[in-house]
Amino acid sequence: MLSSILVEPGFFGSQPVRTALVVGAVVALVSGCVGVFTVIRGQSFAGEALSDMGTLGGSGAYLVGVSPLWGYVGVGMVVAGTMELFGVQRRRGRDVATGIVLGAMLGLSALFLYWDTVDHSTTGATITILFGSLFTVSGVTVPATIVLGIVGLGAVALLYRPLLLTSLNTDLAAARGIPVRRVGLAFLVLMGVSVSLSSVAVGTILGTALLIGPAATALRLTRRPGLAMLVAGGIGIAVTWLGILLSYDSYYWPPAKKGWPVSFFVVAAIFLFYLAVDAWTWWRSRSIRASRGDRAVRVHRPDPEARDEVPCSRV
Amino acid sequence: MFSGLTVSTWEVATVVAVVAGVVGFFVVMRGSSFVAHAVPQSAFAGAAGASLLGVSTVLGLGVFALLAALAIGWLGRRGRHDVVTALSVVLMLGLGSLFLSWSTEYGPQIYSLLFGEVLGVSANEVGVTALLGVVSIAAVLVLYRPLLLSSVSPDIAEARGVRTFRIELLFLVLVALTATMSVPVVGALLMFTLMVGPPAAARSFVSRPIAAIVLSVALAVGTVWISIAASCGTNWPIGFFVGAISAGAYLVGRTWSWWSVRRTAARMTGRERQF
Repeated sequence: MLSSILVEPGFFGSQPVRTALVVGAVVALVSGCVGVFTVIRGQSFAGEALSDMGTLGGSGAYLVGVSPLWGYVGVGMVVAGTMELFGVQRRRGRDVATGIVLGAMLGLSALFLYWDTVDHSTTGATITILFGSLFTVSGVTVPATIVLGIVGLGAVALLYRPLLLTSLNTDLAAARGIPVRRVGLAFLVLMGVSVSLSSVAVGTILGTALLIGPAATALRLTRRPGLAMLVAGGIGIAVTWLGILLSYDSYYWPPAKKGWPVSFFVVAAIFLFYLAVDAWTWWRSRSIRASRGDRAVRVHRPDPEARDEVPCSRV
Repeated sequence: MFSGLTVSTWEVATVVAVVAGVVGFFVVMRGSSFVAHAVPQSAFAGAAGASLLGVSTVLGLGVFALLAALAIGWLGRRGRHDVVTALSVVLMLGLGSLFLSWSTEYGPQIYSLLFGEVLGVSANEVGVTALLGVVSIAAVLVLYRPLLLSSVSPDIAEARGVRTFRIELLFLVLVALTATMSVPVVGALLMFTLMVGPPAAARSFVSRPIAAIVLSVALAVGTVWISIAASCGTNWPIGFFVGAISAGAYLVGRTWSWWSVRRTAARMTGRERQF
């Protein structure tokens, strides 16, 4: 039986697995939708920074003794506001501003983790927060994640049109009377919530993977933002479930015989997916060009995903 | 107070700070903070792999930092630069988490690689660090003009016949070198703070490249020395002090440039009124 080769017996009967499947799907869906905007707006670094800074929230939450999720969400929102204050919206110099905020926050989280290990002797805190594991999600975190996910999806639906216009053409959006700055801040906060959710799934320093990977892959396949969100959500769910499945299967794999981490499988699947689509689009564009035979007149079709600078003069 | 410290700690830290100050200036000029953040983190995964195989940490750091730099360079040609950087770093960190799950060493060692450990520097690392540092500085000296030109204006550099892609790749390798030598001291997560904070602060004080590089080196060395001293005094992680001092220096720099712009503007309007 093929299914028994692919799936270890007892996969669907296990409670942690079922929880992981549900939570993973919700997280992947939200990350896909928010991720499409993140990639279009060129804010991957901000996403990465927000996700990394979840370490501060997670370690702080351990110190106080609450679920890391609350730490992630709280810090995500505060930091989104701080980055806005430092001028992350401006293209020029914003990566330095992001870097400085990120550095200061990571320094603080180093201190918190140190206190975690010294005062509470929870040596596992560092690993859990940084690398996460879907199988350890339990208790009140499960419904909280699902509710936050639904709120996130609602916010995306609500912000969809103004956010899309702002991302594609800031001047036009401003001329239409859209409060560009406020929309940008709202998106940063949304991104903060989204990476908090993915930090629960794959840990803070891998949280960006679910945000950026599926979205970038989807934008390679289609240029329509709405469709790209659906595709990104689909890819996200597929890789997360694949990760859960493989991690469950790997329980008896060498060398440690205690299972390979879910986060590794999820991240590896995302990267391989991106590489495959990248190679495919490259091959397709080459074969189209070859079949036309017009090597001299190369029609340059701007790829929305390959666009480096949004033509925005508003600094 | 400094009982646990040896001379080698100070030597290694100073070399790291000097190189970070120089390379960091170009990181800030090119707007590559994300790369400076991604490469050291990838190097961390290499350290985890090296401890698994039982080879030297520096080797693991170097191989993974180089892999990440080349992946960012090559994939960045076709996709968006920031997307590719994010994907490369999470892949490397994913590998890191896999290696960590295999190895039996948990807790303290990982923590010190991520957030830095002053006492982790041993005497026989001084030679390797010094060598890598000299190579990095020499590379910057050789590449200085094309690197600066392609940072300021890629279009002009291209028109002048500078191969910007090749320069970009070389720059990425340079960042990888810097990461390799400094991760054991400052830690993977905070290494980029040292490459971004002091140079960005220096840039807001002076605008001429050479002066900015000198000031950036001075600030970086100062940051590291104070951090080591404070870390020894309090037993808190060195990364915390590096992050806090860098952010503080940047804030002072930003305030200074804001104030001097305002003062110049005030003087200009005053002169207009005179005429």
